[in-house]
Order: sequence, then structure tokens, then C-alpha cells
Amino acid sequence: MSDFKPILTEHIHTENSHTLEFYRSVGGYSALEKVLKTMAPDDVTNEVKASNLRGRGGAGFSAGLKWGFIPKEGDKPKYLVCNADESEPGTFKDRLLMTKVPHQMLEGIIIASYAIQAQLAFVYIRGEFYSEYLILEQMIAEAKEASLLGKNILDSGYDLDVVIHRGAGAYICGEETGLLESLEGKRGWPRIKPPFPAIEGYLKSPTIVNNVETLANVPHIINRGADWFRAIGPEKGPGPKLFCISGRVKKPGVYEEPMGISLQDLIYDRAGGITKDRKLKAVFPGGSSSPILTAEETEDLKMDFSGLASVNSMLGSAGIIVMDETVNMVKACLNVARFYAHESCGQCTPCREGTSWLVKILTRLYDGNGTRRDIEMLLEITDNMGGLADFSLGSFGKTVCPFGEAVSWPVRSFIEKFENEFVACVNIGGAVV
Amino acid sequence: MTNNDPKFEFDKPEMVENIISHYPDKRSAVLPLLHLAQSQEGFISSAVMRTIAQLVEAAPAEIADTVSFYTMLYTEPQGKFNLQVCQTLSCSLNGADELVDHICGEYKINPGETTEDGKFTLTKVECLGACGTAPVVQINNDYHEGLSIESLDKLLDSLE
Ligand SMILES: Cc1cc2nc3c(=O)[nH]c(=O)nc-3n(C[C@H](O)[C@H](O)[C@H](O)COP(=O)(O)O)c2cc1C
Ligand code: SF4
Ligand code: FES
Repeated sequence: MSDFKPILTEHIHTENSHTLEFYRSVGGYSALEKVLKTMAPDDVTNEVKASNLRGRGGAGFSAGLKWGFIPKEGDKPKYLVCNADESEPGTFKDRLLMTKVPHQMLEGIIIASYAIQAQLAFVYIRGEFYSEYLILEQMIAEAKEASLLGKNILDSGYDLDVVIHRGAGAYICGEETGLLESLEGKRGWPRIKPPFPAIEGYLKSPTIVNNVETLANVPHIINRGADWFRAIGPEKGPGPKLFCISGRVKKPGVYEEPMGISLQDLIYDRAGGITKDRKLKAVFPGGSSSPILTAEETEDLKMDFSGLASVNSMLGSAGIIVMDETVNMVKACLNVARFYAHESCGQCTPCREGTSWLVKILTRLYDGNGTRRDIEMLLEITDNMGGLADFSLGSFGKTVCPFGEAVSWPVRSFIEKFENEFVACVNIGGAVV
Repeated sequence: MTNNDPKFEFDKPEMVENIISHYPDKRSAVLPLLHLAQSQEGFISSAVMRTIAQLVEAAPAEIADTVSFYTMLYTEPQGKFNLQVCQTLSCSLNGADELVDHICGEYKINPGETTEDGKFTLTKVECLGACGTAPVVQINNDYHEGLSIESLDKLLDSLE
């Protein structure tokens, strides 16, 4: 593991790594040339399928499989959307990729667009990322100038335009169908699936939505081959991975490691251990939508799709949030619930009403005005929103989008794993720490 | 619409054309047009909504519906500097709550309010996607990361 060298972030410490000139000097766009000169669109999809690259946006779906869902027949235009909404709490990796090596992402976008034969692609970037947006605009201008975008790219006969589209502040626009509604100029209300975007997406046309990091992997897969990629980390979800660590650690940041690195190594080695050498209490392993883990559960835990499934949590966006022994779990739970209450799009009653009740009840517990019954009620509400007793059974379906689960899982895990602190709020009156 | 309703015109019509030309349908240009209008006016007035509605061939109510959904689109003027303090977990674990209290005390405002001289608006916002450098305050378009009460004070004093 120690001989792993960063792939996606190899050049981030070099000055001007964001420029086209620099990116080309380290072999950038050679994968695109290879694709346009020697590969048919299906060859590209098959190579990516063979690499077993799984989506880095949260759900972990195979990128190649998804591209393969785009219908071959029909005269509707096809679209590719790069999801740069990055709004899952604890996640800040796409921002790094966009500021430091935007052309790596763009090369991935062009290759993916070619694979599905799209002539127009979008980068949907969260509105708050303004300086990042300016970098992407510069990236587009440079690429057009160099005939990497526009008509007849690198004399191949293939045409593609890429438009950078700014969001305007809404977490739910990271969900792919909420994103598409937003791209169409409407409120970001997720759509009922099916139909999936690959069949009916942007303007009812076949559309692929992929995360920034997913697409950034693509040029490397083309250059070095699916076998090389599959040999990094575990078979069932290989490749390099950006892990974001924040909260109570000494050296928070983004660390690129092979999939399957141990969580303990990430926390105690890469991130330098817990602030003030305190004891670890709990961790969100994959953004605040993933069920939290106790300190014991983090031992011997491998950070990959199956490792996290084995402890009934998920890799999600790989946003690791560390909480030490001094963090009050009722307060942390309230903070998370408040986030979701604020961000619920309001379309489904269980989610809209449920999130606001969670906040009300958690607030009165935290303030010392709660009862035992309140704790039970929290669990009942999460049940109604899609919460589930056994994560592995899955229980999608009570709400239009998985946001219902994304609230229920973390809130339930707080209560189930740290019930004593919730009970203490009732018994002692108010949160202690 | 009557003749007395206030009107809004974009300063840079060529930019409007350019934006609309990027998209296969006009309605998709709504968010970028709203951003452009807000950068010109400071907020989205109903005149702005009517102008954009006309440009993209939608009803003004449809534009209003979109506007009401997004936290970054303001329907009222904001202070010259909008202090958007992230309050989500990683920032809260690293002192964001204290930053909010400090600003409230120092400038005598509550979250959502603007100082009497119109200089500062205090807004509590959710995760800004920069949790590794918590706590984070976005002031207008710019991120300020890894702040302490002292460095925030210095920063706010330097804003003119
Ligand atoms: C509530 C919610 C929020 C999401 N936010 C993001 C996000 O900010 N960025 C992202 O890439 N994917 C996000 N996703 C996942 C997307 O819906 C989608 O699965 C992803 O963009 C697909 O790309 P991938 O296959 O490359 O991972 C979110 C999903 C849900 C349910
Ligand atoms: S689950 Fe929540 S966020 Fe998702 S569509 Fe329903 S109300 Fe909106
Ligand atoms: S929690 Fe504040 S930037 Fe993410």
C-alpha cells in the first residue's frame, strides 16, 4: 500500500497545474487522441466497463454499464452531465480536482461524451464555487483554442461543446434528476425513476450524469488499460480514491489512496490523529448521509464499497467526518437533521414534514425539555421517511428520491449507537457535554 | 403588466444572447440569466423576473417559482458584504458557532439581518464544500477558510 503513488492528484502541488500547457506537458489529452484515432465509441464503453470503475458521486454504480444504457437507436440528441454540485457535508474532493487539474476532468468528459455520442455536455457546478467556475471557464477557452472542443475535434470529425452551468444554492440539485430539472431552469425537484436519465434525462433525451472524480479517472483507464485499473485495490470496486477527512483531526484534507485503505490509517496516519490527542468517538465514513460508526466499528475497517457495507454503512462520497470524545451526539445529530430539514426540496410529505419534526424533537431533547417518548418518536419518524432496521434489505420507495433514506440512516444510527446520550438528555435535563 | 410597472434591462445584451445560444432550449438559460441579473442589480426584483420570462418565453410566475427555490437568489437587497457562515457539522466542530455569536455581538445583528449602515448581512448557510479548512465564511463570491475570531475580525475590518 505504501508504494501507491497518487494518480488523480499527482500534479496538484505543481504551480499552474490547472493550465492546458502544463497538463499537456505531463501527457494530458493523449488518452483523447488515442480514443479519437483508434477507438470506436463502444470500445471506449467496453474498456471502462472492464475496468469496473464505479461512480464516485455516492451510489457507486458502474460507469461503463451506465454508459451502455444509452439507446443506440432513435434520433434524439444525447447529453453528458458532469456532476460538480459537491454538496454532501464532509465532501470537498471535486473542488480540489477542478481547481488543480480541471483538464483531467475535461478530458474525461470529452471521452465519455464520445463514448455515448453526445454533442453537448454540461458541467453543473454548485453556485457557491465561484472562483472554481472562473477556472472552468478558462479551461473551456483554452480547450476551444486548441481544437479540443468545438467542431471536428483534433481532426477526427467528432464535434462537442461543453457548457459550464452554475447552480444557485440547493443540496438536492446534486441528486441527478433534481440536477436535470435545475439545468432546465426549474426548481430542483427530483423526478420519479424510472425512467432513468439514460433513457429520459435532460429535455427528455438520453443523458448520462457522472461525478467529477468518476470522469477524472477515465483518461487514466484509457491510457493504461482496464487491467491496470482493476489491479488497484479490491476487485469489487477498484481504483484510486480521494478521501476527504474533516472534523476533529489534526491534518484535515483530501488524501488519494487505493480503494480499501484502512480507516485507521487515514485518521491516525494521513490526517495525523485526533485533535489534542483526544479519543475517537464516532465517524461518518461517507458524508453525513451514511450511518455513523462507533470507534470500535472503525477498527480493521477497509474503506471500499464492501468494507463499509459489512458494517451497515456506505462509502457514499468518501467524506469522512471525525467526532472526538468531547462531541455531544445529540447536538451532532441535531446539526445533521437541521441540514436535511433545510435542504429537503419539500416535494414529498414524509420528507418535508419528517425532517422538520426531527429538528423540533431533537431541539427539545437537546434543550432538556424532551421525554423518553420523544426518542421513540424520532425512530418512528425515520421509519416513515424510509428508515430501515436492516440496511442490507434496502427500503427505497417511501419518497421520490433517496434523500428520505439519507436523513433516516444517520439519525437512526446516532440514536441506536449512542442511545445513552439521548436518554441522559431526558434524565439529566439538557445535553451535558 | 401595465405601463407603470418598473422595467429591467440587462447592461450587456450581448452576454444575454451569448448565454441563451449555449442551450438547446431557452428555458435552460434561466439560472445563468438570473445570476447575471443579480450581479448587475444585487437582487432579483419582479422586473427582473418579467424581463427574463419574456426572454425565455415563460410565464413570470414560472421564473418566480424557480427563484424562490434557490438560497443564492435574493429577492431583496443585501448588505454590501454578505457574511455567509457555514454552520454544518465540520464547521460547527471547528468553531463556526462561535463565529456567528461573535458577529452577532460585534455588529448587533441576528442571522438574516443587515447592519443599519447596510455594510454587513449575516447569513447562516449549509456546507460550502470546503470542510477540510473549516470553519468557512463566504463573503459575497469569495471563500475565507480556516478562520478564527481574530482572523475574521481582521478580515472584516479590512473590508471597505
Ligand atoms: C440527496 C442526494 C445528493 C447527491 N449529491 C451529489 C453530489 O453533490 N455530487 C455528486 O456527484 N453526486 C451526488 N448524488 C448522486 C447523484 O444522484 C448521481 O448518482 C451521481 O452524480 C452519479 O455519478 P457517478 O455514477 O459518477 O457517481 C446525490 C444523490 C442524492 C440522493
Ligand atoms: S425525498 Fe425529500 S428531497 Fe427527495 S424528492 Fe422527496 S421531498 Fe424532495
Ligand atoms: S461543513 Fe462547512 S464547508 Fe462543509
